[in-house]
Amino acid sequence: MAKSKGSIIVDKERCKGCEICVLACPTGVISLAREVNSKGYHFAYMENPEACTGCTNCAVVCPDGVITVYRKKVNA
Amino acid sequence: MVENTGISDIVKDENLVYQKTKVLTDKVMHYCPGCGHGTAHRLIAEVIEEMDIQAGTIGVTPVGCAVLMYNYLDIDMQEAAHGRAPAVATAIKRLMPDKYVFTYQGDGDLAAIGTAETIHACNRGENIAVFFINNGIYGMTGGQMAPTTLSGMKSSTSPYGRDVQMMGNPLKMTELVAQLPGTWYVTRQAVHTPASVRKAKKAIRQAFENQKLKKGLSLVEIVSNCNSGWKMSPVEANKWMVENMFPFYPPGDIKLEGKMVGKE
Repeated sequence: MAKSKGSIIVDKERCKGCEICVLACPTGVISLAREVNSKGYHFAYMENPEACTGCTNCAVVCPDGVITVYRKKVNA
Repeated sequence: MVENTGISDIVKDENLVYQKTKVLTDKVMHYCPGCGHGTAHRLIAEVIEEMDIQAGTIGVTPVGCAVLMYNYLDIDMQEAAHGRAPAVATAIKRLMPDKYVFTYQGDGDLAAIGTAETIHACNRGENIAVFFINNGIYGMTGGQMAPTTLSGMKSSTSPYGRDVQMMGNPLKMTELVAQLPGTWYVTRQAVHTPASVRKAKKAIRQAFENQKLKKGLSLVEIVSNCNSGWKMSPVEANKWMVENMFPFYPPGDIKLEGKMVGKE
């Protein structure tokens, strides 16, 4: 069956670390980084990139629109 | 897994499924982390992009946190005096009936100082869309009690909770204007989960589409959080909103195509 694999790009400098995407992700891909951006926010990043399906849930809830989503079909 | 796919194989232009719409400018929004205003702005921008009406849309901004909305949307916008956005939008729509006109107002603007303008614009049935962001508090000025503050809810001017005996009852503007014959579409949405965001976007799209019908005013209330005013983290604020705001402000359609939902 064709499966989807996804990946997100977070605009680190614009991310405010509100954590809403972390809860919205159904596969637990996103976490907040230990380091901070130039404004002092712990930005979101892919902690577990293998699990990303590219469902766009994180980007849809992001209040600041900092997430770009890519998705590719792969044969598993 | 048979095929080993790295991130560099996925991040390619042909695999792009979601990115920030071009109708939003690249300015960093001044809103607090996790604020529903950002999501609501983005949904309006996405609908404008999907309908391809960027050049034909005029927005009217309120006074409140969203006063700087004209910095974030790449469309024509007009700032209105506090609460007067529906009156300004009425004038714009009457002078330029082919434009898509919307107002974007918070609860301090729409439900407090602008109650008269809101009710009369709704009653006249102006062909505009009104987006009403309800977070139950005056966010910009420091979290004071608003007409929409819930009974028992703490704010900086009701530190022991809103006492309805002394301070009056919270105001349900959306139910109020749904009673008026001039409104065509009245709904209440939220933007705290992916599902609710997708539903809210459909409602915003409907409000824009309704302007072609010239049948009356469309009002979309978006129940939102104010994590700074409520003194919570964004995630806690969304949870508090579901537990406390939704019982009093339940999401759902109130009036569809000029008829009250659930009443014949």
